Amino acid sequence: MSKVIVVTSGKGGVGKTTSSAAISAGLAMRGHKTVVIDFDVGLRNLDMIMGCERRVVFDFINVIQGDAKLKQALIKDRRLENLYVLPTSQTRDKDALTKEGVKKVLDELREDFDYIVCDSPAGIERGAHLAMYYADEAVVVTNPEVSSVRDSDRVLGLLNSKTFLAEKGDGSNVKAQLLLTRFDPARSAKGEMMSVQDVLEILAIPLLGIIPESTTVLKASNEGTPVILDETSGAAKAYMDAVGRLVGEQIEMKVTSGDQRRGFLQRLLGRTA
Amino acid sequence: MFSSLFRPRKPNSAQTAKDRLQILLAHERAGGSVANPDFLPMLQRDILEVVRKHLEIDGDAVDVKLERSDDLSSLEINIELPGNSRQRPRA
Repeated sequence: MSKVIVVTSGKGGVGKTTSSAAISAGLAMRGHKTVVIDFDVGLRNLDMIMGCERRVVFDFINVIQGDAKLKQALIKDRRLENLYVLPTSQTRDKDALTKEGVKKVLDELREDFDYIVCDSPAGIERGAHLAMYYADEAVVVTNPEVSSVRDSDRVLGLLNSKTFLAEKGDGSNVKAQLLLTRFDPARSAKGEMMSVQDVLEILAIPLLGIIPESTTVLKASNEGTPVILDETSGAAKAYMDAVGRLVGEQIEMKVTSGDQRRGFLQRLLGRTA
Repeated sequence: MFSSLFRPRKPNSAQTAKDRLQILLAHERAGGSVANPDFLPMLQRDILEVVRKHLEIDGDAVDVKLERSDDLSSLEINIELPGNSRQRPRA
């Protein structure tokens, strides 16, 4: 059975798109047929992070409005066999998204895909609401920082009330898990940053993973590659573990450091790109 | 001799980022037909119509692909003909 997973946060800039790209690539690496959808209508960005920005022809809105078939809008990833991207429109505004249209597209995708990852826009308006509305599960991306935690709490409230599952009224709910991103273990140990436990205590949802602050995230974004494909990245390892937990595996929670340390000689000689 | 020491062996990722943005934004700012994807559904509809004048094909048999690059964009149009496609009898 296919699963719709929304990657959401309320606050902008916490790593929703980075995480959507990494999680969908991770699912595909594990052999699950996966599609990642950009819900940020008018501010298309997932295509850049996935590195397929030059191949966009039709988009999510074209499909909703019946101007293109779904299979014409899906972009097949060139690195991973099981991965597809459904880009959003750069020219329309968020009103082009309708509940019926989103349902129609998701229902069609459910027939073909194991996982449908919805990359939510920031905020709590139409795009964010529709990204979460039909979700079975939610990944709530949060930084250990006061405004991000506050916004995540708000989003958790919406997941529990303003979604299809919540509105059914039979006690079913969107299963929400916390993905703590940009975590700096050293600063947290010094008391400069909230600890994992602090954030968990406040939000009171299961922890999906801890992604360390890492320079490899910007490098991956520069190159249009999901960071999970970078073998030297501590963030990639943490995303791999998170994806394992997402599909139901028991994996011990570790705090990895963001960047692999290189030896002295390597640093001296090896200017690896 | 020294230049090879200071030149990065591969283009670094910041340069890659700048290059990608320059290509993308040049297309988006130009605002021409290639930047505006809205013309593609119409183009596809028209192609379908023309081909149908001569051949019996499916509604989703036309596949349009666009690839943007520096100074050249290419439009690739694939029309899938079923094995039993017949030429329409001429009026």
